[in-house]
Amino acid sequence: MRSIVPVLTVVGVIFALWYAAAIWLNAAWAYDKAKRADVTLSTSALVADTWAQEKPRLPAPHQVGAEIWKTTGAMVAKGRAFSKRSLIYHSWITLSATLLGFALGTGLGILLAVGIVYNTVMDRSVMPWVITSQTIPILALAPMIIVVLNAVGISGLLPKAMISMYLSFFPVVVGMVKGLRSPEVMQLDQMRTWNASASQTFWRLRLPASMPYLFASLKVGMAASLVGAIVGELPTGAVAGLGARLLAGSYYGQTIQIWSALIMAAALAAVLVAIIGVIQRVTLSRMGMA
Amino acid sequence: MAHGTTVAAAVASTAPVVSAQNLDLTFQTNDGPVHALKGVSLDIEKGDFVSFIGPSGCGKTTFLRCMADLEQPTGGSIVVNGVTPEQARMARAYGYVFQAAGLYPWRTIGRNISLPLEIMGYNKAEQAERVARVLELVELSGFEKKFPWQLSGGMQQRASIARALAFDADILLMDEPFGALDEIVRDHLNEQLLHLWARTEKTIAFVTHSIPEAVYLSTKIVVMSPRPGRITDVIESPLPKERPLDIRESPAFLEVAHRVREGLRAGHAHV
Repeated sequence: MRSIVPVLTVVGVIFALWYAAAIWLNAAWAYDKAKRADVTLSTSALVADTWAQEKPRLPAPHQVGAEIWKTTGAMVAKGRAFSKRSLIYHSWITLSATLLGFALGTGLGILLAVGIVYNTVMDRSVMPWVITSQTIPILALAPMIIVVLNAVGISGLLPKAMISMYLSFFPVVVGMVKGLRSPEVMQLDQMRTWNASASQTFWRLRLPASMPYLFASLKVGMAASLVGAIVGELPTGAVAGLGARLLAGSYYGQTIQIWSALIMAAALAAVLVAIIGVIQRVTLSRMGMA
Repeated sequence: MAHGTTVAAAVASTAPVVSAQNLDLTFQTNDGPVHALKGVSLDIEKGDFVSFIGPSGCGKTTFLRCMADLEQPTGGSIVVNGVTPEQARMARAYGYVFQAAGLYPWRTIGRNISLPLEIMGYNKAEQAERVARVLELVELSGFEKKFPWQLSGGMQQRASIARALAFDADILLMDEPFGALDEIVRDHLNEQLLHLWARTEKTIAFVTHSIPEAVYLSTKIVVMSPRPGRITDVIESPLPKERPLDIRESPAFLEVAHRVREGLRAGHAHV
């Protein structure tokens, strides 16, 4: 309970700033409308208008909240949770690409890390490429991945998942290389005195020792995966997914729709990262490391 | 894989357990070669408790690591249990206790001790039986389910000794195992180590830089000095095998300690 007061305070401040910013950013349009209608706006009327415009520059929190409710809870109540107008449907599309990409990225990241730790040639050759890969803006790369994969007949979920993988393998490689190298020289010497095989050393020492590093990487990787999936939906004119909602919203100036998709994406990321946090706590405490 | 005893059995009982002849080890560093060991010759007999004492850089740990096949000598020869150190290591002929306990934080004490047994392919029942036996040996019965962080430093080090005793190695190599512990705990552990040595009849090579510890524990004290790392004196202890803690005030004890101190001083005179 002690932590709830500061959290609520911060949330309150964010909402206050948000409402204030909505007044500031949307005032111009409110004045414009008033001028054309030839009326003078009182302050309260101005505030009321800036918080209730149809296409505001910055929608007020309650407008976003109402839009999210309309496209989630209300749809569920009508039994149309997976209709194309439902944000749950779009979130699910993005989530499936995120999870697949995250799984692929984690697998690739761990494999590369094992290769880098066990193979000198890979240690010297792979790491620079891994770093280079992350210096290319994903926005520039994403359309090409989609086009190339489409040309070889792969479309739908997988291309988006590939972009997620591209973003999420990086933190896993970096974290796992560090984690697999975290056992001390003494512990490795000790394995040698027992004449342990390389695989015994890996499974009994290096891998368990790397767990705290892995979980830290997974949290970053999960967030990156979600960004990747959304970015993957942007350049293709995808019709479904949070990225598609963002794109459609920006085409038609539907700022409320954009913001509700953004908030949904943020909430999704928070939940996914929190789930990893729970798995981390359970795993590490069962391992006696937390 | 043999459990060490087979190798030992192949050697006549009178042959030394460890025999080094004119051993050299030179490390190439950026500041030029470092002579960690030069012309080191030593025999360790079965059942001996040999301490290696000397200042930092005298090569005492390096010599121990040569026996364990953790360092490769650059000259001379060394035989462990009648075979090369590498063959002895492959046959799991020795248990090695490091300066730090090095227990795995994600394993309980019991599972830490069974780790080498898992690696060596003992079955579950035998693992459990051996873990219980060595825990009793180091007086840690009842701590099997605890995690390392729940134990004091001294208890952790005892657990690491138990781990080195869990498989049937006749040789115990100990590299300053009590170096990080306080005097009182150290006294207690020294006493326990002597009991353990008497009960198990292992051959122990023990690195330390404490004169009282070396004299109290050993049947043979090897005094070493640095630059280049070499043996300056080998003292056969006249003390009886049965040693209560207060033997350390006896004239015989003090005389040996004096000789060790002289040997260390002589080694330093060259520097």
